[in-house]
Amino acid sequence: MNTHIEPTDFVFDDLAEGAVTKAIARYPAGKQASAVMALLDIAQRQMERLTGSAWVPRVAMDAVAQRLGIAAVRVYEMATFYTMYNTKPVGKFHLQVCTTTPCWLRGSDEVVASCKKVSGIEDFGQTSADGLFTMTEVECLGGCVNAPILQINDDYYEDLDAARTEALLNGLKSGAPLPPAGSSIGRQASAPVTNQTALLNNTKPVE
Amino acid sequence: MLNDADRIYQNLYGQQDWQLSGARARGDWNATVEILARGRDAIIEEVKASGMRGRGGAGFPTGMKWSFMPKQSDGRPSYLVVNADESEPGTCKDRDIIRHEPHKLIEGCLIAGFAMGAHTAFIYIRGEYYNEAARLQAAIEEAYAAGLLGKNAAGSDWDFDLVLHRGAGAYICGEESALLESLEGKKGMPRMKPPFPAAMGLYGCPTTVNNVESIAGIPTVLRRGAAWFAALGRPKNTGTKIFCISGHVNRPCNVEEELGIPLKDLIEKHAGGVRGGWDNLQAVIPGGASMPILNKEMCETQLMDFDSLAAVRSGLGSGAIIVMDKSADVVKAIWRLSKFFKHESCGQCTPCREGTGWMMRMMDRIVQGKASMADIALMEQVTTQVAGHTICAFGDAAAWPIQGLMRAFRPLVEQRATDYKPPQPLAQAAE
Repeated sequence: MNTHIEPTDFVFDDLAEGAVTKAIARYPAGKQASAVMALLDIAQRQMERLTGSAWVPRVAMDAVAQRLGIAAVRVYEMATFYTMYNTKPVGKFHLQVCTTTPCWLRGSDEVVASCKKVSGIEDFGQTSADGLFTMTEVECLGGCVNAPILQINDDYYEDLDAARTEALLNGLKSGAPLPPAGSSIGRQASAPVTNQTALLNNTKPVE
Repeated sequence: MLNDADRIYQNLYGQQDWQLSGARARGDWNATVEILARGRDAIIEEVKASGMRGRGGAGFPTGMKWSFMPKQSDGRPSYLVVNADESEPGTCKDRDIIRHEPHKLIEGCLIAGFAMGAHTAFIYIRGEYYNEAARLQAAIEEAYAAGLLGKNAAGSDWDFDLVLHRGAGAYICGEESALLESLEGKKGMPRMKPPFPAAMGLYGCPTTVNNVESIAGIPTVLRRGAAWFAALGRPKNTGTKIFCISGHVNRPCNVEEELGIPLKDLIEKHAGGVRGGWDNLQAVIPGGASMPILNKEMCETQLMDFDSLAAVRSGLGSGAIIVMDKSADVVKAIWRLSKFFKHESCGQCTPCREGTGWMMRMMDRIVQGKASMADIALMEQVTTQVAGHTICAFGDAAAWPIQGLMRAFRPLVEQRATDYKPPQPLAQAAE
């Protein structure tokens, strides 16, 4: 049920306005509609900055349309077609759990269970009572050799299991900032966890 | 096993400096102007001679694709668009190029753009790769500051601009015409072909769309020569490829290897083997979610290249290898892919929009053991009504995993049906 309150006005603030100008300038003259995705993202980040919740209210979509000189409906359809624009408020930490086959094979069910346990959320699409967490089921995040992956806001947390997911979220719950993104077991990106077989010169310490 | 010296991506794992200084130390941007001085035709001929086939999934010869671009402009600009919308489940190779070897990609854009007469290139990167996009943007800015992009790029007399465009979560934008729609600020809905992008692509102008791994490999191919590249791999399947090995292996990883390497070698040598040993292997999806699944028997001698996999009615796709040991419910694994395709269908064509949901629900019934033999036959029939009946290849991609499951694991699927007991009518309540 859509119970959130839509704000009645939205204006790009100074910080956002700088980004908007830069975004539009990236495309050829007359092709400013190409910047619609960038502007929706800028609007969503402004909402996060000002309200603590990264989402795009209807009035922000109107502001994007006006800025680009395109019909409002063209912005509405963009905002609903692409999954990364949140059309209703989300928690401070947006838990985007990948459950597609490569993550599922490596234990994404455990990650989902840990998210539910710590946040108290019962199902995907819900926000915790304290407004701290929203949990969303997402499709393949493209980090499959580091599965399972949980994306929190902009960052990927990789190679997770139940215990490490719980520890991560408990930290956030107690007020800690997001830890550095990446492998939760200290892996070097997509290299095998031990016994690297390729690019062996790289494993020697730098002089 | 491929010699380390023959790997294109010397910093695949990010153990060295990704910035311009580090990239130069690896040979990137070395005398780029001399490569460009060979001229458009010579560059395209060299790429053709290397035999490189597109690394995004379809495997179309890269040099030939470039040759479709107009030699003489009719007044419209030409564009190079790089597909960095890496979203095929199992695939995470372009991510490594972007975050660890961004200058190979940028230099490749300049060379490829020059070869096809484009003064502007766009890189369309999936929105979830936020940190990767920030890294790539920083590298692009380094290249501008060093005079490698912009006016008289790298001292070549060729003006060249490179623009990074972030997506926002839609698998279909990896389809080249949907990507162009999205880049124009529209929903990612594929276009009818013809016209093909080389005639009418971005903003109605001649456009070539290439995968990240294809473009980033180009500078090395041109430096070391077509003969070097063509000597690696197998005939018509030349060169090296980044493979992503995920799922039930001891040490999941990305690794660059020669095309044509045995699947078993990739898994056993690079990924630490199947969990519980090779005999515990049940199935492998060899090329990303859309490519039909292989059973263990098929995996024993399978070579990993375009033609060898096509010969067993599967495909190399993006080079993403998803391994399942005997503990996996392969039917459920394919159901989850059906759910993926249902979620990602753009909704434009009826067979796909309706068919992906229908196939997902029927797969769910099979997983739960609630489907009959007749249902399975109907399912197979429906997959043939989706595949080949849509504007883009998404319909095929959604149907193939199910068709592959039926070919490689028919006894397992049928067992679920024969175990099925239709619900009995409720006994009459006692009066």
